[in-house]
Amino acid sequence: MKPAAFDYYAPDTLDEALAVLAERGDAAKILAGGQSLVPLLNMRLAKPEALVDINRLRELDYIREENGWLAIGAITRQRTLERYPLVRQHLPLVADALHALGHAQIRNRGTIGGNLAHADPASELPAVLVALGGELVAASVAGQRPLAPEEFYLTYLTTTLDPTELLVEARFRLPTGRHGGAFLELSRRHGDYAMVGVGVQLELAPDGTVARAGIGLCGAGPVPIKATEAEALLVGERPGEELFAEAGVRAAAQAEPESDIHASADYRRDMVRVLTRRALRLALQRAAAADTQ
Amino acid sequence: MRHVARTRKQAITVRVNGIEYEGQVEPRRLLSDFLREDLGLTGTHVGCEHGICGACTVLVDGRAVRSCLLFAVQVDGAEIMTVEGLARGEQLHPLQEAFWEHHGLQCGFCTPGVLMAAYEFLRDNPNPTEREVRENAAGNLCRCTGYEGIVRSILAAARKLQADR
Repeated sequence: MKPAAFDYYAPDTLDEALAVLAERGDAAKILAGGQSLVPLLNMRLAKPEALVDINRLRELDYIREENGWLAIGAITRQRTLERYPLVRQHLPLVADALHALGHAQIRNRGTIGGNLAHADPASELPAVLVALGGELVAASVAGQRPLAPEEFYLTYLTTTLDPTELLVEARFRLPTGRHGGAFLELSRRHGDYAMVGVGVQLELAPDGTVARAGIGLCGAGPVPIKATEAEALLVGERPGEELFAEAGVRAAAQAEPESDIHASADYRRDMVRVLTRRALRLALQRAAAADTQ
Repeated sequence: MRHVARTRKQAITVRVNGIEYEGQVEPRRLLSDFLREDLGLTGTHVGCEHGICGACTVLVDGRAVRSCLLFAVQVDGAEIMTVEGLARGEQLHPLQEAFWEHHGLQCGFCTPGVLMAAYEFLRDNPNPTEREVRENAAGNLCRCTGYEGIVRSILAAARKLQADR
C-alpha cells in the first residue's frame, strides 16, 4: 500500500525543527530513520498530516564521552554506535543489543533517538538504557528537559514527549571499575523482533563482589522493565551460579509479559529467568577478562 | 528549510548507477516506486512495502537501505546504486557470477535485494565466516531456495573478490 499524502518539512537546523513542531506538532510525526514510522505509513496505520524530516540535523549526530556519560545525539545511526570503538571494546551490553537490532540495512538508517522514542516494548535499546542507567533529553521552543527512563516511557509505543517536543539526546551512564555486560534475546530468527530480551551490566568491587548491577528487560511488558529485585539481590554478594539462578527467578517475577501469536506470557516469563541467568554469567566472564577503566 | 505541500511536487536530482536523473515527486513517493516507475529501473523489486522482506534493497550514498522505507524527496542529491549497477555491460559482477555458478536463485524475486545486501556486506567484511553470511542473508526473505544456495554463492563471491584484489 502507499502512504496517504502529507506535508513535508526538512529543517536544516534544530531551531527550525522546533519551530515547525511548535506550529504543527499536534498533527505531525517526526521522520528520523523511518524504519518504524514508514512501515506504519505504508500500511496506513498512521496518516499524519505532516512529516518533519530531521535527517538534515547533523548537529544531532554525535557520540561524546563526557563526565562518566556516553552522550548520543538523537539522529546518530544505530550503525555508527555499533561501530564506535568504546562500544565494540568496552560496552558489550550495547554492542550485543545493537547486533540483535534488526539487520544491517535497518541499522544503516535507523537512529538511536528514533528507536528510543518509538517505544516499541520489544525494542532492545530502552532495556539497555534501563540496565546501564541513563536519561533522555527532550527539546522544544520552550527549552530542554531531561527525563529518566521511568518518566519517559508511559506504555506501548507511548512516551511522555509532548507533540511539540523532539528527543535530542540519549545519555547512557558509563560503567566504572571492573565491569562486564551482555544482552541476550530470544527471537525466531536473527534480526526478528525479540520475543523477550535481557540486558545486564555488572560492576565488580576490588574484592570481587558485585558493586553495582543493572538489569533491563524488553518484550516483558508495555515498557522496559528494570529488574530491581534481582539487582538488589546481587549487590554486595560474591557472584556465582546459584546467585545468578535466583536473580533470574526474581527478574521473571517482575516481568509483566503478554501472550501473543509469537509466545505465551508464561513462556516469556520463563525465558526472562533463563536469559537473565545466562546474561549474568556472560557479563561476569567479561568483567573478569576486562581491564580496569 | 525545504517545505513541500502534500499536493505539490518537488524537483529532485539523483545519480543512479553513475547516471544523473531528474524527477518531480510528491512527498509521499517512495524511493522504490520512484526507481521502478519514474526511472524505469525495475530491477529493484517490491515485496512487502514495510521493511521486512528486503527485496527493495539498494545502496544510498554507499549504504544498503530498504528503498520502500525512504521517500524520493529524501534522496535529492544522493548517489544510488541498484542491481542494474552491478554488471559492467556484459561483464557480470563476481557476486552475480557466483550466484549463477552456485545456484543462488530460483525465481529470482528476492535476488536483487540479496545481491545489494551482499555487496555491502562483502565490501565491509571481505572474509566472512559462514555464520556471518547467514546473519547477513537473514535480512532478505527468500521463499524458494532455503538459503543454502545463497550462502554458498556469497561465500564463493567472497573468494572471487579476494582473488581479484
